[in-house]
Amino acid sequence: MATTAVPSQGHPPSSTGLDNRKIAIWAFIGSECMLFTSLISTYLVYKGKSVVGPFPHEACNPPQCAQALPPILDIPVTSASTFVLLMSSLTMVLALAAVENKGKPGWGPGGWWGLGSSKLWLLSTTLLGAIFLGFQAYEFTAFVREGLTIKTNLFGSSFFTLTGFHGAHVSVGVLWLLTLLAIDMRRGLGPKDALIVDLSALYWHFVDVVWIVIFTLVYLIQ
Amino acid sequence: MAHDQHPHPAAGEADTHAMGEVHEHPTWKQYKWVALILTVITIVEVWAYYVPAWVASWTFVPSLLIMSAVKFTIVVMFYMHLKYDHKLFRVLFVGPLIIAAVTLIVLMLLFGQL
Repeated sequence: MATTAVPSQGHPPSSTGLDNRKIAIWAFIGSECMLFTSLISTYLVYKGKSVVGPFPHEACNPPQCAQALPPILDIPVTSASTFVLLMSSLTMVLALAAVENKGKPGWGPGGWWGLGSSKLWLLSTTLLGAIFLGFQAYEFTAFVREGLTIKTNLFGSSFFTLTGFHGAHVSVGVLWLLTLLAIDMRRGLGPKDALIVDLSALYWHFVDVVWIVIFTLVYLIQ
Repeated sequence: MAHDQHPHPAAGEADTHAMGEVHEHPTWKQYKWVALILTVITIVEVWAYYVPAWVASWTFVPSLLIMSAVKFTIVVMFYMHLKYDHKLFRVLFVGPLIIAAVTLIVLMLLFGQL
């Protein structure tokens, strides 16, 4: 009878020599690419086909709207939230680097005290993610107040579905980061934990690159 | 600056947190530059939105798409370490990305948006 040697702890090695969890997260990210492309495609296919306002980049005047409405997208606010998400990617790579290099002398940006701390960067990333969600909640609330809901028109349906899915992904990322932060507070994260931080970092950066695409295609291109 | 004198401690060392995989990560200096480049591109994108002559020009959409693609690539290559990681991860990411991009273009052609 053929037997396979399996380590008593952890996962058995894969035939590629790579960790199964890392292969899995990249396969998951690949599938997420297709999910977001379907949502972005839907938005683009319906772009400019709304019969009633409010509209994203154009003013809406009677009779399309009961009263004159300005373009609904708030570019300055979204630019600020985009900047926040981009910076969260920077803090995330610094968190990963801090975990990988914990205990190594001289580690830390510029050797400054405390800047090599994984707790600091994980907390910063979590806060920046939460700020991004705050911006999104503000934007959604403002839209609803101005008369744009998911049921108003094609723009509303595709916009809220796309950005809502993205926001849900950011929320999952924030929860994931909070669990890492809790582990770091409880027992400390070190080089042996680098992979679990790397997996969350990959997810977080993916959420960031999706927003890069959404920001251009939805907000900037008129 | 101590760290600038000594590049990222991971650089040059075997990074084995993905089992059996040997690669280097960018240095702290590179991370700073990447963040700066991403910020500058974002500023240019937003600035372009407020220049009516540029918005009216045929170059507006292609330039925004190029800037967005550059930002996307930089994050994937440097922050997601795809530039330094195993080839299999590149295949797992780029394969679906190509399928997704082709699907998007075909859908836009089918619905007359291109």
